[in-house]
Amino acid sequence: VLVSVIHSPPQNYPLYIRSVPTENELKFHYTVHTSLDVVDEKISAMGKALVDQRELYLGLLYPTEDYKVYGYVTNSKVKFVMVVDSSNTALRDNEIRSMFRKLHNSYTDIMCNPFYNPGDRIHSRAFDNMVNSMMMQVC
Amino acid sequence: TGGLLLALSESEQQRYSELFSRCCPPPEAAAGGSSVGELFRASQLPPDTLHQITEVCGAKRVGYFGPAQFYIALKLIAAAQSGFPVRIESIKNELPLPQFMALKNDSEVRYGTPAELHGVKFQVPHATLEKNSFKRADEGDKQEPKSPPMSPICSPPASPSTYQRIPLSYGYGKSRSGLEQQHGAPYEVRHSTHQQDGPSSGNYGAKPALACSTLNRSLSAEREQQDSSAHYSDDPWRITEEQRDYYINQFRSLQPDLNSFISGSVAKNFFTKSKLPIPELSHIWELSDVDCDGALTLPEFCAAFHLVVARKNGYQLPETLPETLLPEYLQAASLKPMRDCALFDSYSESLPGGQQTRDFSRTEKTSAEEVPENSAVLQDGKKDDKQALKVSTGLKTIPKEFQHLTVKTAAQESNALKSRPRSRSYSSTSIEDAMKKGEEPPTPPPRPQKSHSRASSLDLNKIFQQNTQAVRSGWLPPPPPALPPRPSASQTEQPSEVELHPQMNRPPSQAEENSSVKKEVALSQPPSKPARRKLRTEAQGLETPELSPTINVTSSLPAVKPHLPVQKQSSKQKRAIQTAIRKNKEANAVLARLNSELQQQLKEVHKERIALETQLEQLRPVTVL
Repeated sequence: VLVSVIHSPPQNYPLYIRSVPTENELKFHYTVHTSLDVVDEKISAMGKALVDQRELYLGLLYPTEDYKVYGYVTNSKVKFVMVVDSSNTALRDNEIRSMFRKLHNSYTDIMCNPFYNPGDRIHSRAFDNMVNSMMMQVC
Repeated sequence: TGGLLLALSESEQQRYSELFSRCCPPPEAAAGGSSVGELFRASQLPPDTLHQITEVCGAKRVGYFGPAQFYIALKLIAAAQSGFPVRIESIKNELPLPQFMALKNDSEVRYGTPAELHGVKFQVPHATLEKNSFKRADEGDKQEPKSPPMSPICSPPASPSTYQRIPLSYGYGKSRSGLEQQHGAPYEVRHSTHQQDGPSSGNYGAKPALACSTLNRSLSAEREQQDSSAHYSDDPWRITEEQRDYYINQFRSLQPDLNSFISGSVAKNFFTKSKLPIPELSHIWELSDVDCDGALTLPEFCAAFHLVVARKNGYQLPETLPETLLPEYLQAASLKPMRDCALFDSYSESLPGGQQTRDFSRTEKTSAEEVPENSAVLQDGKKDDKQALKVSTGLKTIPKEFQHLTVKTAAQESNALKSRPRSRSYSSTSIEDAMKKGEEPPTPPPRPQKSHSRASSLDLNKIFQQNTQAVRSGWLPPPPPALPPRPSASQTEQPSEVELHPQMNRPPSQAEENSSVKKEVALSQPPSKPARRKLRTEAQGLETPELSPTINVTSSLPAVKPHLPVQKQSSKQKRAIQTAIRKNKEANAVLARLNSELQQQLKEVHKERIALETQLEQLRPVTVL
């Protein structure tokens, strides 16, 4: 149901992808990748204004799959993308926001690790645990 | 060749593993209690002997029959059947196989050729070592529930060094079974000095042969100490005294100030020398840098170093930081020997003595889950702590509101850091004690949260005096907006901590509290807040408002309020700190202005006073002389 992805500029390749029902993972990969374009579009649109931390992005409703894609961009242009099943109507906006916030916090914690090179794939167990717990919460 | 720690003979090994698999169908790690009981009964030993065996082999402690325990038990059964007392030492000797009457395949296998038994090379020290290893196993197992299941340890210890390894691997089997094979080789490889260092490196208390090759020499020398400290270092995640000293020395080599921290890059270079793979080092860092600030304080460094040591000795890294490696715990323990300042003397309120670490582990365990919060607080708390001291000493006359903030500042500290405030309170219980400042170790520059510098604090005092009458209760000194988050956050911490940080309750009710309540609260809370108490009483003493209240201060104070409710979360701390810094700077500017204004007023008042006095002189009757 839920997929968390982090992309990093400028190449925009995923640093981390996790989905709860692990089937259809490829589909999620594809979705995330396509959503990146929309995310970039939004970023450039708000370029002049202060970069808002919270970029709630709802709109990629595929007619068939029927799920929602949320985006979030940090100040360093690292993008977090979350794909949620539309059937999961219990998810409210602020929940999404809080999830993104947690993601962001965990991401900064990873950054603090001197052994982590920015641009590497994220292997941190703490991060995995956080993401898993978050996704379990949703599903 | 004997495969197991006890250097079982081949037949023994075979037998034991057979029995074990019978009792414990793989892939379980532990033998089922009932089948084990059956087997034991089949040995036809008296029940109390069997009880004894269960105890000695460690299964009782651990709660289950892992392969280690099972094998020891079998060996003990053999010993008992041969007439030896049920003790660890007896199984070191050559023993026939245990005989289990009721079991079919057991009956014919009475293998009694001592010649086949290797492992006679056991040394007496093993007795204690094994005991320790048992204990360690128990504790290690308890401490690390996630450790991989122990499978029968089959790799033959090919060299004497493995004998020394045996207690460790026996006790800690965690990944031993899997790693035993590869450890046979890497073990020698890792330890440049083999035989004599093998034991030392194998022993838990010994330091691993890190890239610092000098370690090996000291390790072998310290091996003897291991026994003495073994009772204390029962589990692999507890740092022994000599280990701690070693870590501290290493810390010093990287960072002379023991109360400061090592930056990430420095630590990275240092730990890279240990030649552990980068992902493992990354994980170690993740575990030990609890406040995720990219720097290692002394306790964090000790924890990280210890994890490296453990890893080099073959232990799997835990998923979460063991309690004995928590910074709070380590600080309590490590600061004992380091009496740089009286701060750490009375670290544990309940444990003034040497048992502090143990008790602390208990108290810390209760707050183990607060580690993330603590970690977040730790970093700031450490500095805040010291700052609080400085501030407290400087702000002697600070009104109670400010005291609240300083209280909060102290409260911000993690549970572990409570030690510092606590020690402060112990060292200077008198409210007017201004020596706290001297007690502090060289601390980093005062955190902004502490807000006032001494000079401004004095003015604050006057300021608050002026305003005390009207708005006293509603005042919040400009200082640390970040302060309230901590205390309020810490409020959510376990109740066991409440006593230690009673001030936590204060932040929310800060505005409402009246001075007397505050004072009582402060006085009733021994830990840390000596500064607070001091400030409170001072503030209370300054009940004489003579200066005209300055609106600026009042207005600035409420402005700080909004920040108070911010919940301290490790994630928000950084932001809170920055806002706190900003606010404090603004507050400082405001207070400086206020200061100059008040100085002016003071001058004018003095002039008036002089004028009046001269008038009085003139008007006095001439007769009075």
